[in-house]
Amino acid sequence: MADAATIAKLKEKARQLRIESVKLVYQAGSGHPGGSLSAADIMAALFYHAMRYDPKRPDWPDRDRFILSKGHCTPLLYSVFADVGYFPREELKTYRRLGRLTGHPNPKLPGVEIATGSLGQGLSVGHGMALAGKLDKKDYYVYVLLGDGELNEGQVWEAAMSAAQYKSDHLIAIIDNNKVAQDNMTANLKNVEPVDKKFEAFGWHAIRIDGHNMAAVIDALAAAKNVRGKPVVIVADTIKGKGVSYMEGKPDWHGKAPNDEQFKKALEELERGL
Amino acid sequence: MSALPVTTAAMAATRDGYGNALIKLGSTDPNVVVLDAGVSDSTRTNKFAEKYPERFFNMGISEGDMVCTAAGMAKCGKTAFATSFICFLLGRSMDQILVSVAYSDSNVKIIGTHAGVAIGEDGPTAQAIGDVSYMRAVPNFIVICPADAVEAEKAIIAIAQRKGPAYVRLGRGNVRTIYDDSYKFEIGKASVVAEGNDAAIIASGIMVQESLAASEVLKKEEINVRVVNMSTIKPIDRQAIISAAETGTIITAEDHNIYGGLGSAVAEVISEEELGVKFGRIGVKDQFAESDSQKVLFRKYGMDADAIASAVRTLKN
Repeated sequence: MADAATIAKLKEKARQLRIESVKLVYQAGSGHPGGSLSAADIMAALFYHAMRYDPKRPDWPDRDRFILSKGHCTPLLYSVFADVGYFPREELKTYRRLGRLTGHPNPKLPGVEIATGSLGQGLSVGHGMALAGKLDKKDYYVYVLLGDGELNEGQVWEAAMSAAQYKSDHLIAIIDNNKVAQDNMTANLKNVEPVDKKFEAFGWHAIRIDGHNMAAVIDALAAAKNVRGKPVVIVADTIKGKGVSYMEGKPDWHGKAPNDEQFKKALEELERGL
Repeated sequence: MSALPVTTAAMAATRDGYGNALIKLGSTDPNVVVLDAGVSDSTRTNKFAEKYPERFFNMGISEGDMVCTAAGMAKCGKTAFATSFICFLLGRSMDQILVSVAYSDSNVKIIGTHAGVAIGEDGPTAQAIGDVSYMRAVPNFIVICPADAVEAEKAIIAIAQRKGPAYVRLGRGNVRTIYDDSYKFEIGKASVVAEGNDAAIIASGIMVQESLAASEVLKKEEINVRVVNMSTIKPIDRQAIISAAETGTIITAEDHNIYGGLGSAVAEVISEEELGVKFGRIGVKDQFAESDSQKVLFRKYGMDADAIASAVRTLKN
């Protein structure tokens, strides 16, 4: 169980990450705010609590790996990376402009393990990293963050079968289950529910939580590390656009920038806190 | 270009050269891992699997998952060979190859077997005729199509020693062994396998054997044809093409669609270098073939030694 001070610290981090994410999308005039806001609590718990890594040594062989399989959520990823020191905060000004801060992650940027942006590939890549870790007798974990819309990609289920077959227990998938894809609610596309039961049927250990309850997120990550003989999925139920009232639950805010007035309102709400 | 190789009558499949190379690499490089998509007996990765089971990963029939798994391993220091039949390996994982391998600069070797209409009886769904075209268009990839089992083995060892993505196109059936063990394979270097100054055939893969047979027929007619094995299709050996142009006639030969493969690559160099030669392409003429033996298909679709020889005669006149 996480203590109250840790929870408070991580909640504050998540709030700051949301603010930074919206600022980046506004500044760039394009980008993906909805899925960045839904995953902010998960990312705060990973990068400020659960993960073992050192931004000064991005190639440290024993580091835990993180893969943003839902690669469009770079506003959130780069907000984290700048804050923990993978690159200077100043560089955020170049988001979606010439340089390393591409619209979707590329491995020229320290901290990015693999390019993503075409959905459905990250879980397989993460599984490869877990298999390599086992071969090399390393104890690192591999965290892969996926979107629920992404689960419509068949390759995710190929990877799910592979990881169960190899009993890859150092692979932890986290589903940012925000219920909204680009042009529709995910339930109206290929409905992936019940997500946790599907993964269980594929041989995974599944944990389902409220992805905005920081204590639950922390506990789930801790529990995931203790599972042996199976890969683990954390299904985090979230709200797309969380924290900005007019973005919440709206497909329209999957991938567009707020105008001046909308930006002002978003900041007001986020500054106030959830 | 390297020296004229020794010609022998022996036959072997390029996929066997791959299997042999993996056994050697397994003992010399502990970071080599091999993945297959459920066809390891056909691709010859099964030999590696028997000898190094802990470093062999049979991912089942899921090529995209296999390629990305290989990329993940490569990002943790492995030299990962991802293997299957070309049709399915590339057909099912071009996006994975682009994003997780090429753009990510992962040390993954994409090894496809069962190239071209030469695979015969299984028919068009198993006959890869577009792969060289696809892979030439992927930045950061080199593309190699060995002519015989000896060259295949040496090419595999060479790409293992060179960090970064590579695609190797291998065949199913036995082909004439052209090289002996003294052959030095070098990435990006063509080799002349028959000398001649009346015309030049630039070939890859199984078509090197057909081109050599054509050159032997033409020799009896006192037409001396140079046969160039262009085993590295990207980056292509421009100097070998410039030299071949001295004959005044260039014909390309590939078991692949004439669009986008070796023929197109050579044509690009001919036009960019303003070589002003007579030019023709032997290959699959933008169509699907059917089922039968390689011999029957090569005859029907104008890809056997006789077809090459008559193309040379026609162009020269």
